[in-house]
Amino acid sequence: MMHWIILPVFLPAILAPLIGFVMRHDISLARTASVTGTFLLFAIAVGLAMLATDGQTHIYRLGDWPAPFGIVLVLDRLSALMVLMTSTLALLVVIHAIATGWDARGRHFHALFQFQLMGICGAFLTGDVFNLFVFFEVLLIASYGLMIHSGGRQRMQAGLQYVVMNLAGSTLFLFALGTLYASTGTLNIADLAQRIPQIPAEEAGLVRVSAMLLLIVFAVKAALFPMQFWLPATYANAPAPVAALFAIMTKVGAYAILRVHTTAFGPGMPGTGDLAGTWLFPAAVITIAVGAFGVLGARRLMPLIAFSVVGSMGTLLIAVAAFSPDATLAALYYMVHSTFAAACLFLIADLVVTRRQADTLTPAPATLQNGLFAALFFAAAIGMAGMPPLSGFLGKLLILDALRAPGIIGWAWPAILVGSLLTIVGFARAGSALFWKSTAIAAPDPTPEAIAVPPTASALQLAPAMAGIAMLGALSAFAGPVAGYLEGTATQLYDRQGYVSSVLNPGAGE
Amino acid sequence: MSTRWITIPANMLTTTRRDSEMEILVASSVGILTAGGVYLILRLRTFPVILGLALLSYAVNVFLFSSGRLAIDQSPILSKYGETAYTDPLPQALVLTAIVISFGMTAVLVMIGLGAYLEAGDDRINTADTDADRVEDGQA
Repeated sequence: MMHWIILPVFLPAILAPLIGFVMRHDISLARTASVTGTFLLFAIAVGLAMLATDGQTHIYRLGDWPAPFGIVLVLDRLSALMVLMTSTLALLVVIHAIATGWDARGRHFHALFQFQLMGICGAFLTGDVFNLFVFFEVLLIASYGLMIHSGGRQRMQAGLQYVVMNLAGSTLFLFALGTLYASTGTLNIADLAQRIPQIPAEEAGLVRVSAMLLLIVFAVKAALFPMQFWLPATYANAPAPVAALFAIMTKVGAYAILRVHTTAFGPGMPGTGDLAGTWLFPAAVITIAVGAFGVLGARRLMPLIAFSVVGSMGTLLIAVAAFSPDATLAALYYMVHSTFAAACLFLIADLVVTRRQADTLTPAPATLQNGLFAALFFAAAIGMAGMPPLSGFLGKLLILDALRAPGIIGWAWPAILVGSLLTIVGFARAGSALFWKSTAIAAPDPTPEAIAVPPTASALQLAPAMAGIAMLGALSAFAGPVAGYLEGTATQLYDRQGYVSSVLNPGAGE
Repeated sequence: MSTRWITIPANMLTTTRRDSEMEILVASSVGILTAGGVYLILRLRTFPVILGLALLSYAVNVFLFSSGRLAIDQSPILSKYGETAYTDPLPQALVLTAIVISFGMTAVLVMIGLGAYLEAGDDRINTADTDADRVEDGQA
């Protein structure tokens, strides 16, 4: 049996307490360990992604108990892709946090960071719904600590709201799991995929209830309307590198919807039908609208980016809602793109905001390196809004192409196109207020405050944001091979029988 | 082996009077705890919200426990030597996990709530985001 599959969970799980307990007094030691660990995680993720390209579903039985009695970790193309995305993002974020000194502004940043990675990787790899709940809790409890990192009145209040929202969500998750277990007698995803189709439609009331409850829980994570209210306040008040890492957290919700509502409650089953898609679609359309209007109306830079994340989640979930391999391919491509676009924006915003003292979108005297920040912001905003030449354009094009069915096209196309237009207008307004108008204002006379002005951004501080933008460019340039990989991913996701037989009867299919 | 949702042990299908009393008791306690929890969460002050989330987690624990069917006076152990009736052990393991997690989460929530109260001098669960915007409007 391959032990590589558990390493993305095991490595951070060992590293986090070591950093938290042994290295807590030595920041440079903690930094070294954290960067090394994240880099190793990235290497492992690359290895797993290469392993998954063979199209097989690899499983790891914890304690060697066969599924569905024991807990299994499942590695297929989708989970490998998500783990790779997480580790790449984590590498950018941890370098940025160290270069800008965010990690030293509070305690235990690196320990919480590693615990967060453990939770996220676990959620992507697990093949058991209750285990998914446990990993959700791990990533949430670490995110509570990261969210209020370095403190402050607004951040603590926003953090409290975030915690309460998610605790209520967790309770709902447990209610959903109880209902699911009561009606099917299993919580293993493969076993669910095997049993739910056998339940006739007239007896599947409880299964439908649990499918909807799970959809609501995942929608809270994915910031889908009407559960998106927590996101702008949380992301806008979190430390910027943490907000950049949180760009993957909304995708955990999207991943969970993709995994559970295709494999377990898949479309076309007599019990559940296309229940999930029916509700997901209108909610996603409204989410795009909420995000677009939020971007247009935001008065500060961080909420502006947070609302653009809401809009991108709407665009992503509108493609997920179609529940077809074509649309899922588009959704996955856009998911990779929007994660890095949002993270880049938060990292650049951090560099800009720390030099302006406030993140209000009002003209202020130009800071040092104004042109460089303007160029970076411009590039990342192009990515987020979905304009060529960066990958957001291709992602939206793929989504539009996949959503041509009559009845869908009338809502999806206007929503995505008008939403993109409003996002462009919002970002253009913000960028011109921040960078262009500020050059028209004369710098104030040197005052004693001028001594406190941060120095120019070092190469290390700029590198993560630039690498992120370069990745968006690469995603666009190598769209062909990437789409080829994602096509296999989407096909594998909808091959329910293949998933069930690899998990429940390992060895038979190999 | 056939699937479990079809083969419910015979003793669980015959509802005796004692079982139905038990069902009403468990169902109503879950309902009352949930109602109380939701009411307290909507108060939007730290302490009632913490109590409300605690009540909700009690409700969900009882609910999870009953999701393996209610069985009275039966051990959660399968005996291979006799046709003894047993109660489903898995929900009990799930409840144990859920209790540990909700206990830890409540502790974190208390600490964050306390921190927010000490920072802001107010125990309302609300962000000052809108306040900041309003202040700007006043200045403009």
